[in-house]
Amino acid sequence: MTTTAPADPTRAAAPVTRHRPSRPPRRSSAHSFYRTMTGSAALLWAAIVAVPLYWVMITSLRERADFLTSSPLSLPENSTLANYRTVLGGGFGTYLFNSVVVTAVTVVITVTVSLMAAFVIARNSSRWARWYFRLFLLGLAIPLQAVIIPVYLLIIRMQLYDSLLAIILPSAAFAIPITVMILVSFLRDVPDSLFEAMQMDGAGEWKQLFNLALPLTRPAIVTVVVYNGLQVWNGFLFPLILTQSNEQAVLPLALTLFRGQFGIDVPATMAAVVLSTLPILILFIVARRQLIAGLTAGFSK
Amino acid sequence: MTVPRTSYQDARAWRRRSAGAAMAAPALLLFGLFGVVPLLGVMVLSFADWDGLGEPGWAGQANWAAVLTDPGTWDALALTIKVMVVSWLVQTPIALALGLFQAATGRLRAMLAILWFLPLLLSAVAIGLAWQALLDPTFGLGATPGLGWLARPLLGDPDLALYTVIFVIAWQFIPFHALLYQAGIRQIPVSLYEAAAIDGASRTDRFWRITLPQLRYTIVTSTTLMLVGSLTYFDLIFVLSGGTGGPGTATRVLPLAMYITGFQAHDMGRASAIATILVLTGLALSLVTTKWSGFTRMNSQQEGS
Repeated sequence: MTTTAPADPTRAAAPVTRHRPSRPPRRSSAHSFYRTMTGSAALLWAAIVAVPLYWVMITSLRERADFLTSSPLSLPENSTLANYRTVLGGGFGTYLFNSVVVTAVTVVITVTVSLMAAFVIARNSSRWARWYFRLFLLGLAIPLQAVIIPVYLLIIRMQLYDSLLAIILPSAAFAIPITVMILVSFLRDVPDSLFEAMQMDGAGEWKQLFNLALPLTRPAIVTVVVYNGLQVWNGFLFPLILTQSNEQAVLPLALTLFRGQFGIDVPATMAAVVLSTLPILILFIVARRQLIAGLTAGFSK
Repeated sequence: MTVPRTSYQDARAWRRRSAGAAMAAPALLLFGLFGVVPLLGVMVLSFADWDGLGEPGWAGQANWAAVLTDPGTWDALALTIKVMVVSWLVQTPIALALGLFQAATGRLRAMLAILWFLPLLLSAVAIGLAWQALLDPTFGLGATPGLGWLARPLLGDPDLALYTVIFVIAWQFIPFHALLYQAGIRQIPVSLYEAAAIDGASRTDRFWRITLPQLRYTIVTSTTLMLVGSLTYFDLIFVLSGGTGGPGTATRVLPLAMYITGFQAHDMGRASAIATILVLTGLALSLVTTKWSGFTRMNSQQEGS
């Protein structure tokens, strides 16, 4: 994402209008009309976003009886952590562990192989390298859903069905195209002279990769780690199709299990929703900028 | 180069190439095995007779004949296109407005932008479960004084369910597109607005004559992602409809039809034919948007976005 100097239409115009006191009052009222409109639209959307999130939070703290009788948006009379205890006692630890393993291993595999691939693409102009890159660009257009049946067949044949590896390998494979694309666009900005200088010193390809490409692309790597981490953490289709037993369930799948298990116990289900989101929320607080950059990387250049 | 190559240079070139091949191989293997092979595999499997458990056999044309004559397939395709079009119509103006709002600086704007970014962090499953409970006619939002008009079976009524699903999809993905627009708006040179202000252009003029034309690539990117992404809405609809694409078949879009045919009715051959239709639709859509925009940087695949 290349952000240039912020060009803010309202602020850009402000100094000019300030120096023109003779400006017709009609425009001033139009101006404030716009401000009111966009302002209230923004507040309305904020409410549409905030109310459900608020509801999830307070409902997860509500007693079951209270949930059935009180007004949905009122604060709970006796807030309780019992729902969280129910969820934590319902195998949440296993699901959390599975999600952490799947996400971490997938991200490490994806970023490692993609960085190597991006290095080859950025440092070579041969016909092979161009076709290699084109393959990944094509891969960007393959929807996960459309190829799930052959992937399912492959996983069964590889005897990986109902294992964490069954989620990890396809998730990593489908994360490669976008990761390669982001890393290539970043590596192409590294001046050739830096690599040539290293070559002069007798450094081989691997040394250039680890001692030059890796440190220089660190911001891009943080971006792709965060982006892929979020995608894999929230991924649902691969776990749904490629695993079966509760022991191998990751969090999004576990949420649907909780729902089946708790039935109409909505407060417990909402506690599970909150708990499954907590790690991402912490990541958001720690690395908001990288997360936002990651989400739009490759799309807003 | 006229300098004669020495064996030392040859050896170095060879080392360089072999290192390159070793670096290129893992990504190629992994993506080839789980990306390219399945893409071809789904077309082969669409001619196979397979229940998902035993050995795949040969079915010839049977799957295609069955899928193409099944009105359910065409309903699913029509629903998919409806979701696509309505989603675009709903999401684009709101995302553009929010992008305009959050592109300007200011503490309140920044705080609101953070707030409405939050849905992007949640999994589609979490969002689906939350909205399902939230829209429950008895215990959901409709029980709040003043919000009684929400106390109707928004997900249970075949006439309303699709629009409810489209709303929840919008709730999840508008922030992403607002971010795209924000980034696009911030890249518009300030000088354009200054010049327009000197010429006395009104705010409306500035929007239509500067902001919108300058955003054309962002609009194309956002539109492409929305259209291609809408082919893949699965997680959210799966959860909201309890895995059925219901009520009835009211929300059974192509990916759900494929899932239900393959993994619930155990007819992987037919499901692969539906998946092939999905691939072809996606491809056609990519070609159309590319052609329409003269825009070659196709980037999609990102689930739903």
